[in-house]
Amino acid sequence: MSESPLCWSCQSVLPASPLLCPNCGKVQPPSATEYFQTLGLERKLNLDTAALEKEFHRLSRRLHPDRFARATPEEQQWSLANTALLNDAYRTLRDPLQRTEYLLKLEGLEIGEEHAGKGKTRQPPADLLEEVFDLNMQLEEMRMNRKLGEDDPALQTDLTNARTRFESLLATVDADIATKGAEWDAGDAAARDQAAKSMAALLDRRRYLRNLVRDVNEVLTA
Amino acid sequence: MPEEIPNQRAGIERIVGIDLGTTNSLIAYMEGDKPVVIPGVDGSNLVPSIVALDPVDPTVENPRPTVTVGNSARRALIENPERAVYSVKRLMGRGLEDVQDELKLFPFRLADDIEPGEVLRIRLGDKHFTPSEISAYILRQLKRNAERYFGAEVTKAVITVPAYFNDAQRQATRDAGRMAGLDVLRLVNEPTAAALAYGLDRAKEGIIAVYDLGGGTFDISILKLNDGIFEVIATNGDTHLGGDDIDNLLLAVALDEIRNEHNIDLRQQPDAIQALRKAVIEAKIILSTEPVAKLDIELPDGARYQREIPREVYEQLIQPVLARTAGPCKQALADAGITPDQIEELVLVGGSTRIPAVTKLVDEIFQLSARGKKSHTELNPDEVVALGAAVQASILAGSSTATEELLLLDVTPLSLGIEALGGVVAKIIQRNSTIPASATEHFTTGVDGQTNVAIHVLQGERELAADCRSLARFDLKGIPPMQAGLPRIEVKFLIDANGILQVTAREQRSGLQSQIEVKPTYGLTDEQVETMILDSFDHAETDFEARQLIEARLEADTILSAVEKAPASPAWQLISEEEKSTIEGARLHLEAVKPSGTLETIRKATTALDQATRNFAEKMMEAAVSGAMRGKTMQTASEDLGDAVSAPHPFAPAEFK
Repeated sequence: MSESPLCWSCQSVLPASPLLCPNCGKVQPPSATEYFQTLGLERKLNLDTAALEKEFHRLSRRLHPDRFARATPEEQQWSLANTALLNDAYRTLRDPLQRTEYLLKLEGLEIGEEHAGKGKTRQPPADLLEEVFDLNMQLEEMRMNRKLGEDDPALQTDLTNARTRFESLLATVDADIATKGAEWDAGDAAARDQAAKSMAALLDRRRYLRNLVRDVNEVLTA
Repeated sequence: MPEEIPNQRAGIERIVGIDLGTTNSLIAYMEGDKPVVIPGVDGSNLVPSIVALDPVDPTVENPRPTVTVGNSARRALIENPERAVYSVKRLMGRGLEDVQDELKLFPFRLADDIEPGEVLRIRLGDKHFTPSEISAYILRQLKRNAERYFGAEVTKAVITVPAYFNDAQRQATRDAGRMAGLDVLRLVNEPTAAALAYGLDRAKEGIIAVYDLGGGTFDISILKLNDGIFEVIATNGDTHLGGDDIDNLLLAVALDEIRNEHNIDLRQQPDAIQALRKAVIEAKIILSTEPVAKLDIELPDGARYQREIPREVYEQLIQPVLARTAGPCKQALADAGITPDQIEELVLVGGSTRIPAVTKLVDEIFQLSARGKKSHTELNPDEVVALGAAVQASILAGSSTATEELLLLDVTPLSLGIEALGGVVAKIIQRNSTIPASATEHFTTGVDGQTNVAIHVLQGERELAADCRSLARFDLKGIPPMQAGLPRIEVKFLIDANGILQVTAREQRSGLQSQIEVKPTYGLTDEQVETMILDSFDHAETDFEARQLIEARLEADTILSAVEKAPASPAWQLISEEEKSTIEGARLHLEAVKPSGTLETIRKATTALDQATRNFAEKMMEAAVSGAMRGKTMQTASEDLGDAVSAPHPFAPAEFK
């Protein structure tokens, strides 16, 4: 994409990485693009999800392979690739956490499961070290009880309380991510850099807490 | 009867919608603004999914195998049970190790030499057929029914599949279409199709659920309707749960009681089992409307097994089967992120939803009556999926103003993953992602100079590769030799609008498009499918009219040879003299017009003979059943599949899935 691309069909000048020609509506060959651009959005974390859904539906109506059943094989292939991109973009951006993760990756931060030491138990956040240690002991005890068919109502209550506690921590993290997100949206380069680093750390913390809550749930509903 | 062919605008090729069901199959199309089912030559909308290999004429050298499909195959089932098969959908896209349970409950005869991981082959007579080939015969029959109806060739179709079908099952279905000479433009999920059929004359907004309990599969789908867009937000199901399971349960109970009360073990008597199966299916159907059903069966020793089944007992018995639908419903609701009270409309699909206990369970799960709501059953639950397929066909064809504003956005039912170190699955596309969906992954080499990398692709929700469904092993070949870890191979996984996976790969450092060799775990290669394209389509270019005439004569031959054997059957004594002479008259007429008559006259004469023999055919089947119970009729097949029930049952009434 060195010079301004033209529509293959009507020859009008196209915007960057278009799915469709805005002039004649023809599907365009897939070009590398990121999700915000795909949906015609600025790179911002706070976005109007109702408007996003509307845009997704509008583009789907014109781009979906069902609309190209009688088109040339080439256009069918483009429709398939561009619709997959549109769907991937919408799925990622409509969810606040996935949106944040995606934006941080675009900004060059290493984020997500693949950088978190897959399958291994990771270090708990420092401020939670003690609590997590106790919880893991209780989980182990509960699993043991289950195996032996024993019942310990006090332990059950402890675990239920722990779940409530960690769920509230999770909610706090979500709120913090939203705050940092707003800072990122409004900030200059330096502020963005700071906010991005905070969000990356918060996402790690969130992943840890979520796994913890999942473990407790598993044991409680076993 | 479609005796007169509807006029058709020239030049427009119709796209048909097909419901390829476990028990019955249907074909439909959009007539103006309304989807309609196309009846078969016998006037019935449902074509039972039964295929029988015709007996071979010993006087012909190297005869081409021909088959009979649908209601006419029931008759062949009596005479040659080892040459017939039903419920083949249960075997689509499956391997030997997947179907051990089916083999215990269904009379499938498989080839002896199938290796694990190989596509199954079913024995009919002395020939072997893959499940896709059997399905292709059903599809070809439906195609012919439509061609007869339109008076024009039909080559493009939309085919429905259970929403919870995996990649291999979908590919097997698409292969079947190709073998039948159909260009399969889209595979549509059955519950989604049903939603389309209902949504057509409604233009509804809001969240709806489709509960689809058929003969062999269960699906639940939750959709958001918005200005003509049908967006699936979650789907779940069980591809081995349906009316068949209820039949098998009732059958097992009856067999146990007979053994306990009469000291007779019928488990080794396939014919008797099939008769009993017929009786319990009838009882099941009665219990959907009556408070009690009776079983009364003559046993081989002349004693009678008599049993009254009150509905309460029946409902208690089948409760565990029905309860298995609750888990998928709850999971779908959770995945959709909604509570039951947010479901505004609920659509019931599939013959098994006629069971009152099913409607009651659905009512409880979705709190319908508590909210003053009732589930939708206005459209015939046996036909609604085919009608929806016709709507989707019309969307693709762009042929109707009623559908031009409609768009279906479906999801993939199962997560897609790749096997990582230690046999763990790394998910790359999550279940319930809108399709088409894609994911890009990067791979590298572990050894200096390594030129291929193997990738194992799986489908499923479990953590370990061993617990998921293996889809394919992709071998990335032709990587330029480099230091270990240096190549950067970009692999793009794309699930298309049919829910079928496509893979492309590129080595980025050299910019070379890597050659990929795809080995489907349970699929046929393109070359194999090519060789299985049904014979009659070798001559696709031959004149359509001429082909129709040949097919009409073949149909006439089939029924004539069956009728010639009729007087030898004990059932012949059970029909009136008047009927016999009507049959004889119809037979003579068909013989007379067959060699030189027009297409229409041959067809009319064939239909007339078929109608005339209908009562006799029923009598013949009944006679064969009671004969089997007394151990008088045909020898049972010598091949025995362990303690499996190994005779086909020709009696599942066509009206029920």
